[in-house]
Amino acid sequence: MGSRLVGTFVLGLGLSLSALSPVWAGETPYPSTYQPLPSSNVLLQNGTVLDGLGGQFSNADLLINNGKISAVGPDLTAPEGTQIIDATGKWITPGIIDIHSHLGVYPAPGVQAHNDGNEVTNPVTAEVWSEHGIWPHDPGFNRARTGGITSLLVLPGSANLFGGRGVVLKNVPSRTVQGMKFPGAPYALKMACGENPKRVYGEKGGPGSRMGNFSGYRKTWIKAVAYRDKWAKYKEALGKAKPEDEKQPSAPDRDLQMETLVGVLDGDIRVNMHCYRADEMAQVIDLSKEFGYKVTTFHHAIEAYKISDLLKENGTCAAMWADWGGFKMEAYDSIRENIPMVHHAGGCAIVHSDSEVGIQRLHQEAAKALADGRKAGLDISKAEAWQWLSSNPAEAMGIGDQTGSLTVGKDADIVLWDGDPFSIRTRAEMVLVDGALLYDQNNQEYQAVSDFELGQPGNGEEK
Amino acid sequence: MIRFLTILTVFILSPMAVLAADFAITGGKVITNHNGEIIENGTVVIKGDQIIEVGTASSVTIPAGFETIDVKGKWVTPGLFIPFSRVGMVEVALEKTTNDTRAKESPFSVALQAIDSFNPKSENVAITRLEGVTRMAILPDASHTIFGGRGALVDTSGSFAGERAAPAFVFIEMGEAGAGIAGGSRSASWTWLRQAVAEARAWRRGREPAEPLLLAADALALQQALRDDLPFLVHVERASDLMNLIHFKEEIGDINVIAIGATEGWMVAEHLEKAEISVILDPHDNLPQGFENLGATMYNAKKLHDAGVTIAMADLHDEAFNARLAPQHAGNTLATGLDWSTAFAAISSVPAQMFGVDGDFGQLVAGMEADLVIWDGDPLELMSAPDMVYISGEKQDMQSRQTQLRDRYMDKGADQTLPHAYR
Repeated sequence: MGSRLVGTFVLGLGLSLSALSPVWAGETPYPSTYQPLPSSNVLLQNGTVLDGLGGQFSNADLLINNGKISAVGPDLTAPEGTQIIDATGKWITPGIIDIHSHLGVYPAPGVQAHNDGNEVTNPVTAEVWSEHGIWPHDPGFNRARTGGITSLLVLPGSANLFGGRGVVLKNVPSRTVQGMKFPGAPYALKMACGENPKRVYGEKGGPGSRMGNFSGYRKTWIKAVAYRDKWAKYKEALGKAKPEDEKQPSAPDRDLQMETLVGVLDGDIRVNMHCYRADEMAQVIDLSKEFGYKVTTFHHAIEAYKISDLLKENGTCAAMWADWGGFKMEAYDSIRENIPMVHHAGGCAIVHSDSEVGIQRLHQEAAKALADGRKAGLDISKAEAWQWLSSNPAEAMGIGDQTGSLTVGKDADIVLWDGDPFSIRTRAEMVLVDGALLYDQNNQEYQAVSDFELGQPGNGEEK
Repeated sequence: MIRFLTILTVFILSPMAVLAADFAITGGKVITNHNGEIIENGTVVIKGDQIIEVGTASSVTIPAGFETIDVKGKWVTPGLFIPFSRVGMVEVALEKTTNDTRAKESPFSVALQAIDSFNPKSENVAITRLEGVTRMAILPDASHTIFGGRGALVDTSGSFAGERAAPAFVFIEMGEAGAGIAGGSRSASWTWLRQAVAEARAWRRGREPAEPLLLAADALALQQALRDDLPFLVHVERASDLMNLIHFKEEIGDINVIAIGATEGWMVAEHLEKAEISVILDPHDNLPQGFENLGATMYNAKKLHDAGVTIAMADLHDEAFNARLAPQHAGNTLATGLDWSTAFAAISSVPAQMFGVDGDFGQLVAGMEADLVIWDGDPLELMSAPDMVYISGEKQDMQSRQTQLRDRYMDKGADQTLPHAYR
């Protein structure tokens, strides 16, 4: 145990000395150990395919080879030994990706001991990482998989202005968090607007108002810029120093909080900001320009429909619910057409859950939003709507090159639905991650049971 | 019976009923909700606030002077009846001034009445109506005692009824939450409940308890509830708590008990059936959210139904803003084995039956209140929505603040020069 600790420390130090920019943003002392589970080569035949990029194909086949998508189209032929699955009457889609989850950090059972999602001790906790709070045995991961979730971003909560780092996971059962970490995925920084931080800290030293929120963001970014410059100066000096010089440049002290923020300034860490109101999102866009970073995604974005043009202009996604809102003032202007209106304006619309219940039915959220949009006169296809569930979140999370669409060469993260996934009667029949079958509705051997649920009432029942 | 008459009077006296016209809905797929009967190309005839005839197009003669509304290709159903909600009792949950769902500082418990907190003009009422809900049970939440108070049955028309709706049931919080409220254990909460009932009965016999647990107003309210045979709506999740509830019912005798929550109901389904305890559940409850829900499964509804237990369904976790999502919650039982008619009845006729108003609501048959919804497809489907809603024969406005916000910000082309506030 002791030697491993020392080893990690030395590794971290070595990295930070050897690179030009603060590499701690992109590298991590807690690397992914994820390995795709064993898979066979599979040919799904004669299904309705939504490719996740806006395309729909009837009577189409999909071939999986070595855990990757190797072909999509009509009448494919498969090499010998390929497992053939008849998908007649069934639908094939990319796995669903939830960009806003607290699975593992607010696990079931939701007992006091399990509150690991918010470091409610200071409004600025950019130094904490959600992966250090994730309990991999949360039964919610398995339930989410039965709803077709193949990847997810687990974020810290929204109590703080800077909540900490979020981590992208492959939704696979594992004994360790590292075994779930999506290889190569960038980290996220969770930030929060509006009511939550000022409610939590209003009587604990502030911020106590939206003004205080903004001064808190700005003061912290000013520190981050200075920290970045200090390290740059040091590295420059290090580059110029000769071995024979008597006085060698000394490294600045490390600051975990600042390391995450510099990761954002350098473009390695993606800002995911909880923000409801349109006017507030507009202010945050200016804030990001003031300090030279980008907000990748606004989360909840209840009023995104009011500024869909602004979001499009700035290339910022909006992750939204289909029809939840109303519970606080900043959620008061919730409308059911938010998602389709952002999409229709040419923006990046994402369906998110923020819920261990909602994550099991994100496709149903998309279906409701699509129906509401159509009823209001917006002409959007089911195939386009699937982008809200797979390619848009994948791009926003920085894993779009690996997953999120049925493109040749991408990870075979796939759901076979027993019918049209926009129907209430349809369920996921099979869920594959990197080509490996991890859920089969009709075969209990492929229905994962978490350690927590083993031997409990209902063990062995379908959930 | 008294309660039933009062409710009926309310609707007869309400101004909308007077305004309702005589008309017939023709050509639609009519879900009568009566013995599972579905009439393709059905006709529903409405006179005033009542349905006077339902049948096939060829069997029904529309009286002269009745307007005919053709809804070919649409579904016609009874209005939805939500068995558990706080719609109209809260505007913005986190803003205390707008939230009348619970009363932690009040000295009263059973005496509290949901109807006093109900605002027909609440935005939540309108958005609920737009999704096909015409009737709801509303109830106060429990906070400082296990009794939340007394619930009422209301409509979603947004109009002011002539009379105040009478108490329709008593809400009681047991299980984990109730144990916490009552002093820290289930032993405490069940003792509290038994003692409360004993006191109410003592008052009824004219004997004031020496050291009463309940205030006089609460004891009187409980006594009246027992006298009027109002259902006890009890929140319990764990199978052992449901067994406690069964024993409580046996002890008290002659009392109508509805279990709400009941995630582990399937584990004691036969006992519930035998004890004639009906259940209001949320099909989406399939996670062990607490140690009282370890056995949670999507198959709860199916298993309870198969055992003969009467089930109603609702969104039990967002009961104000999203009470309107009942069709999705009920619809999800279709993929776990429940038949369509049972799932639909669980959000329409069964709640009416649970609260003893099935003579008036929940079915499209002659003599019933004219609460109807015209849908553009299967009401349990995700992509269906109501086109028209009628409450007591009156056509409802299909706008809400939400739809107006939508219309204001919907792209209307380049000719808009003034700010959105002028649109």
